[in-house]
Amino acid sequence: MTDFLQLLISGLATGAIYALAAIGFTLLWQTSQTINFAQGEFVMVPAFLALIAMRWFGVPFVASLVLAILASMLLLGVAFRYVVVGPLIRRGVLPLVISTIALSILLKESVKDFYSAEAQTFPTLLPDTLITVAGVSVSLAQLGVLAVALVTIVLLQWFLAGTRTGRQMQATAQNPTVARILGVPVERMILYTFLINAALAAMASLLVSPIYLAKFSNGETLGLIAFVAAIVGGFNQVRGAIAGGLLIGVLDNLAAAYVSTAYRQAIPLILLVLVILFRPQGLLGRREERAV
Amino acid sequence: MSARNSLLIGLALLVLLALAPVDLNDIGVPYPGLRRYGTYILTLWLVTAIAAMGVNLIVGYAGQETLAQAAFVGIGAYLTAIVTKAGVPFGVAFAASGLLTFVIGIALGFPALRVQKHYLAFVTLAFSVLCWLVFRNEQWITGGVMGIRDIERPSFLGWPLRNHIRFYWFVLGITSIMTFVLWWIVRSPWGRAFTALRENPLRAESLGVDVRLYTLLAFALGSAYGGMAGSLYAPLVEFIDPSPFALGPSLLFMLMVVIGGSGTFLGPFVGAGIAVLLPEWLRAWETWYLLIYAVLVMVMMAFFPSGIVGLATRLLARKARS
Repeated sequence: MTDFLQLLISGLATGAIYALAAIGFTLLWQTSQTINFAQGEFVMVPAFLALIAMRWFGVPFVASLVLAILASMLLLGVAFRYVVVGPLIRRGVLPLVISTIALSILLKESVKDFYSAEAQTFPTLLPDTLITVAGVSVSLAQLGVLAVALVTIVLLQWFLAGTRTGRQMQATAQNPTVARILGVPVERMILYTFLINAALAAMASLLVSPIYLAKFSNGETLGLIAFVAAIVGGFNQVRGAIAGGLLIGVLDNLAAAYVSTAYRQAIPLILLVLVILFRPQGLLGRREERAV
Repeated sequence: MSARNSLLIGLALLVLLALAPVDLNDIGVPYPGLRRYGTYILTLWLVTAIAAMGVNLIVGYAGQETLAQAAFVGIGAYLTAIVTKAGVPFGVAFAASGLLTFVIGIALGFPALRVQKHYLAFVTLAFSVLCWLVFRNEQWITGGVMGIRDIERPSFLGWPLRNHIRFYWFVLGITSIMTFVLWWIVRSPWGRAFTALRENPLRAESLGVDVRLYTLLAFALGSAYGGMAGSLYAPLVEFIDPSPFALGPSLLFMLMVVIGGSGTFLGPFVGAGIAVLLPEWLRAWETWYLLIYAVLVMVMMAFFPSGIVGLATRLLARKARS
């Protein structure tokens, strides 16, 4: 039982990181119909931006984390919006899918060729000291990850539901035409979504890299998990992405302990297939109506 | 272009391709033919083109996305390697590869196509990774990362195909038949229904086209093309391991079809040509070729989303007008 509790908590910690990546993915889809096949690489790159700041320019650790988030918002937010998505947004979904697949290859190969093909250790803010409460040992780092991710999610939810800009963003997501008629600056809202996605991906990157090391190929697994989390939870719901992320984090950790490690990766995929078979709108999703 | 003209052009191309690897100096033409490696690359191009034709049927005609074509190629390749090693004739293995991948296509497509668009992309993404895990982990049958070596090239009606030019002709023959079948399908009422689907699915549905059935059949058939390409791939390279059937190569299949021109008949051949030849040409740049390729694809999508064939058609039409 204590084993199970320990696995549950470390599962929730990684799950909260997956949720960050999945929320960004869902937001992009809602506001601009962009399926970002490079989402995994978006979670891989910021850790390397921080490493570049630290190792090439000697920036202190905490400052380079902040720099990495800002640089990601510029590169994976603004530049992605205007250079990659901008010219394609009216061409329909397929060219955008192809272009983001190409972008994922570009980011992965760039990190491999310009930085390193080897896995890099990444420093953590909190030490790995174990705290034992009622026989359950949890590391401080894990609790820190969980806390940071949860605070980010709560702040985001408050922003989306509680502020004027957040509500305008939701209006844009639900019906851009009506939003525009009502005077919502739709273009700016779409840009905000891209900025938030980049910031969330950067947060996920900086939280996950101390656990799994930073490596150019990390995006493949992370991207896959972000898709699965978004779809399992419900493609059109932010809270769906949160639930999906947490669920997959926990399942993944339990699978690594109780099922074979060789097929650990298969568990989220099987979950995805089951959800599409029996509850295609996702666990928390609503059915989408089709307009003629 | 009329059906007769395209058939004639197709036949002329076929003769040129059949002669491509042969030394023609003996009959007075100053052409040295291709070496062993050149013929291998040409054969690899044909095999890749078969799988790409399948992707084109799914993407270009049925308007869906598949991210598992390399996995289907892998299923065909492993099945062929395993059963021919056990003594089953190649013809049976080839047919079985096509049939098995067709059935898997139906099984995957049926639940995915019940839901909205793009779900097929996610289901095939998951399937692709699952297949790779099985290829890598089930060592007792697939050899794991060590792969399966010394896969025999078959003989055709008692004519051994060990020689690289003979095997090339064999693959060329099969590619021509499969190209013809697809050309016939696309021109048949069945194929026209596909076009209707791609242009306007809701209108097609209201005119009585069973959207789900047609899309499902297109996906299964396209996947079967992948399986049959895999069945030819195994004896071509004579050694298979899991890496060419991972998710990355499946994504590259999507890219090559769209680069060539999705929904155009020649697109898969052009795209497969680029995908097979580019790493050869850019060999001096080593790993950089993927970087260059990715940038090319993004520029292409931004300016010419209809692909190389679409661009060429437009340029030719402009020339004809002026």
